[in-house]
Amino acid sequence: MSEMSHSTYLTDRKRAEGLGSAKRGTQHYWSMIQSSVGLLILVPLFVFTFGSVLGAPYEEVLAYYSRPVPAIIAALTLTVGWLHFKNGAQTMLEDYARGMSLKIALIALTCISYAALAAGLFALVRLAL
Amino acid sequence: MADVNRGNRPLSPHLQIYRPQLNSITSILTRITGNALIVGSLLVTWWLVAAAAGPDAFAVANGVITSWFGDLVMVLSLWALWYHLLAGLRHLYWDTGRGFSLDQVSVLGWGVIGGSVVLTILTVLIV
Repeated sequence: MSEMSHSTYLTDRKRAEGLGSAKRGTQHYWSMIQSSVGLLILVPLFVFTFGSVLGAPYEEVLAYYSRPVPAIIAALTLTVGWLHFKNGAQTMLEDYARGMSLKIALIALTCISYAALAAGLFALVRLAL
Repeated sequence: MADVNRGNRPLSPHLQIYRPQLNSITSILTRITGNALIVGSLLVTWWLVAAAAGPDAFAVANGVITSWFGDLVMVLSLWALWYHLLAGLRHLYWDTGRGFSLDQVSVLGWGVIGGSVVLTILTVLIV
């Protein structure tokens, strides 16, 4: 019993706090809902615009992405898509990793997502102008 | 009181004890397709960056993405994209509190699988 006496001072709540996978409330869920509805519209538009120019010669690709509609569709899809990926992959990592490895994985995920997003947007701006 | 029977309780059975069902398979495929789309997304992003960088860089990226292996990755990514989109649509529908009867779950599950294949074939034919 003397071994147990230390732990009996901890309440159930104190012992459980911080151990769950969810570190926040509904904000993350809501951001996924918002971006998923956005992608529901953007993905078909992107698939058929990008798909129509994939495999075309260099000059044709340049001319195509100088036009506003394909460029704006691509910019929106990349932005919402990479953020949706970041938040979605975060949920997976929270399910399968914990502690320090979870933190490192989440930081790496954030870096990759924002880097790809920034590179894609820079490329689109350069193609369009 | 808080320490009664701590750590000596029966565990509920985990994944390996259940027979795979339409529901569990379509659920895990949603996660797998969503996360695997990082490959196709990085390829598309690279292709755009290469196009912006100039004709030489574009030739390399375009060569990889339109090679037979690139085609394979892009078609699989296309299927993953349609699958994830339809499965996401199913989640949005479920979030409204509808579609939970066994019959509806079965229709929705096969709809997601069949729909993703049909949309992939249609897209490849059109594009």
